[in-house]
Amino acid sequence: MSKTSSGTLYRGHEGMWSWVGHRVTGVVIFLYLLVHVLDTAMVRVDAGAYDAIISTYQTPWMALGETGLVAAILFHAFNGLRLILVDFWKQGTKYQRQLLWGVLILWVIVFAGFAIRHLSIAFGSH
Amino acid sequence: MSVSIPAPRSQRIDPKYKRGPKSRGSFEMLAWLFMRLSGVVLIVLIFGHLISNLMVGEGISGISFGFVAGKWASPLWQFWDLAMLWLAMLHGTNGVRTIINDYAEKHATRAWLKGILYVATIFIIVLGSLVIFTFDPCVAGSQLPQC
Ligand code: HEM
Ligand code: HEM
Repeated sequence: MSKTSSGTLYRGHEGMWSWVGHRVTGVVIFLYLLVHVLDTAMVRVDAGAYDAIISTYQTPWMALGETGLVAAILFHAFNGLRLILVDFWKQGTKYQRQLLWGVLILWVIVFAGFAIRHLSIAFGSH
Repeated sequence: MSVSIPAPRSQRIDPKYKRGPKSRGSFEMLAWLFMRLSGVVLIVLIFGHLISNLMVGEGISGISFGFVAGKWASPLWQFWDLAMLWLAMLHGTNGVRTIINDYAEKHATRAWLKGILYVATIFIIVLGSLVIFTFDPCVAGSQLPQC
């Protein structure tokens, strides 16, 4: 990487932060998936043991973790779609900055909808 | 101390720079394409998974052994979860492989990390597939009425 920050295309700009975000969220989702398949495998061992594990996911603290996980997935998914558009759509590179704003706006809206529903289930009287 | 480097005159390309149809170049291209195709499909699969498990009905509070048995009684959800398992694991593994290549500089470290990654991936894909295919609503501890 260039040692001077002026004149580089990426460093410190939106392009770099979205790339870091995409990478970090990708790893987080991957690690979750490894654990998730392991605990789902309990359905093959004992129904009560599976229910016991799932009940730990139904506590308020875990609900916050699930909300964070979904925030990561939504960002990775929408930003991934932006990367695909930049690669395959003729105008993609020209509008990549606008696309990034689109990603952030879509992310905030969908995430807000998700968080309201999920947290009111997890913290509510259900 | 100047060293003069002869201008390249020969038309011959060193074999290590050649990209034949069976070389790494084509593997990396397919991997690049796979990341994009699987990404598009995964949006549908994962959003569907999260909507059916967290948003509708009682959401997270409604999940239990009986809930899973209900979903996997349908071949649609079995297929859905199988496709999601394979695509998410292969997409994630390929992504992490890229990250290892970027940050692990020593050859031996890289080889070890990738070895561990591939073993974990194969284990999780095999385990997850078996769980879907051999699911038994009447396993030990099941309280379902049909058992
Ligand atoms: C907090 C969020 C999540 C919850 C509560 C959840 C819940 C569940 C449940 C109850 C099952 C059992 C079968 C079914 O309902 O279809 C399952 C299976 C599965 N989930 Fe999730 N899930 C979540 C997030 C995810 C994410 C983000 C992914 C993908 C990256 C994922 C991938 C899978 C896969 C591949 C299976 C099948 C496992 C197997 O083959 O044994 N899940 N999940
Ligand atoms: C929801 C749908 C998803 C979409 C649209 C998507 C899209 C993408 C795209 C386009 C890339 C870029 C590849 C490149 O730069 O060549 C990527 C990278 C990656 N994805 Fe996904 N992805 C999705 C889901 C997932 C899931 C479920 C996981 C984890 C299991 C994951 C883990 C990764 C990782 C680790 C990388 C590598 C990041 C890097 O090299 O910086 N993605 N994804």
